[in-house]
Amino acid sequence: MENFLQQLINGLTLGSIYGLIAIGYTMVFGIIGMVNFAHGDVFMVSAFIALLIFLAVTQILGIASLPLAFVLVLVAAMILTALWAWVIERIAYRPLRGSFRLAPLISAIGMSILLSNFVQVAQGPRNKPVPPMFTDVIAVTDGAYRVTLSYKQILIMLVTALLLVGFWWLVQKTPLGRAQRACEQDRKMAALLGIDVDRTIALTFVIGAALAAVAGVLYMMYYGVVNFYDGFVPGVKAFTAAVLGGIGSLPGAVLGGLLIGLIETFWSAYFSTDYKDVAAFSILAIVLIFMPSGILGRPEVEKV
Amino acid sequence: MSEPLLTVRGVETWYGNIVALKGVDLDVREGEIVTLIGANGAGKSTMMMTICGAPRARSGSIRFAGLEISQMPTHEIARLRIAQSPEGRRIFPRMTVYENLQMGAAIDKFAHFDDDLERMFTLFPRLKDRARQRGGTLSGGEQQMLAIARALMSRPRLLLLDEPSLGLAPIIVRQIFQIIRELNHREGLTVFLVEQNAFHALRLAHRGYVMVNGLITMSGSGEDLLARPEVRAAYLEGGH
Repeated sequence: MENFLQQLINGLTLGSIYGLIAIGYTMVFGIIGMVNFAHGDVFMVSAFIALLIFLAVTQILGIASLPLAFVLVLVAAMILTALWAWVIERIAYRPLRGSFRLAPLISAIGMSILLSNFVQVAQGPRNKPVPPMFTDVIAVTDGAYRVTLSYKQILIMLVTALLLVGFWWLVQKTPLGRAQRACEQDRKMAALLGIDVDRTIALTFVIGAALAAVAGVLYMMYYGVVNFYDGFVPGVKAFTAAVLGGIGSLPGAVLGGLLIGLIETFWSAYFSTDYKDVAAFSILAIVLIFMPSGILGRPEVEKV
Repeated sequence: MSEPLLTVRGVETWYGNIVALKGVDLDVREGEIVTLIGANGAGKSTMMMTICGAPRARSGSIRFAGLEISQMPTHEIARLRIAQSPEGRRIFPRMTVYENLQMGAAIDKFAHFDDDLERMFTLFPRLKDRARQRGGTLSGGEQQMLAIARALMSRPRLLLLDEPSLGLAPIIVRQIFQIIRELNHREGLTVFLVEQNAFHALRLAHRGYVMVNGLITMSGSGEDLLARPEVRAAYLEGGH
């Protein structure tokens, strides 16, 4: 039982990070029908940005308060990563809009390789250690098996929950969110109503990247190490989460993220760490056989 | 006489290497209802979309309120307050009726949103009952009303209506045409109407154009066109 509780906590933490990344995949897919394969690498870049800013803030500016440093890092990483995403969309995707369907996809794969190689060259191929932070833990149960909830885990779940609420409000209640949904449903009609479609798409990339940046900061802090290769596996997992939840669906992305996080964690705990990825992807395959559009996705056919 | 609100001169539109409009000239003056009639595939909807820059005219000139708009992006044309209720209605299916109307008011920066919403609900009471329902669940007639109301929410200077009668019961068509007539009469709304239903359209409009294969072949006042034997033969016999 204690083990179960502990794994549940760990799984939800990991799932939160996947969920944040998955939103970027699902939003971009919703609005332009493209899988942004560079999104995982944008996430990785954000973790590096976070590390560099963290070092700058604590060692050059000499800010000793960890919460203040964390907030600074979070905000700066979100802004800089969003800027990256904006540039990427501008140079790699926008010129290809209206071209054949696979063109932006290939461009995205190219961008993914470019980003990871760029970081490899600029930051070196080895693991970058991150100074430990928020190391305190709370003991949930006492006894032979102590179930713990670390400050980091609380922070991750809290930040994720807050962001999701804010993000949901943005999409459902603001003119920008409405414009995004309109572009998702009928781009031409949105333009006829005076919506700047290109700008709306660019903002979608930017928002997705800002959420991925939060995931990047949390990931860096949680694992205490970043590597240029870290965009790939978490990126694929988050993409899997988006598909599992139903690509295009925002609640689906979060649900999928949490499920993948939980499956992976429980599988590692009860069976074997070696096959945790196999478990996650097998569940995806099984779900897709019975629910081809994902758990919360809508079927392709629609009444017109 | 001052320049018409909308002036189209020698407009050619191509889809790839197929020509859809072969040099169209037409005018819409402030306060007029002008209709463009013609058979299926004549290029009427293309004309409508070309005014909005989607697709863009390959050559020729489109002037609106003294501004050359043929090279402007669609959303900027819309912001000049040219509103379109397009072919196929294009309601956002997964947005509520209310949200669809909000989308219409985006250009107007929601300055008159509450008043205009009230007005639309008076014009189209059905929409009020359906306000919280998703656009995709409405009937065809309701969707048409919503498409027109959404276009009106922007307080347009020019309203483009593409086949508002398509697929609707005659009683609803009469209702919709009556509303257009009233809006024109009371508020001086300028309307450019594309229709296959030539009889109703010509009776409603001050002036009309007939389009055949991407070219204007006839023009004149509504009654004038209604009376012409060639119009009767081609578009009216057995029609209404």
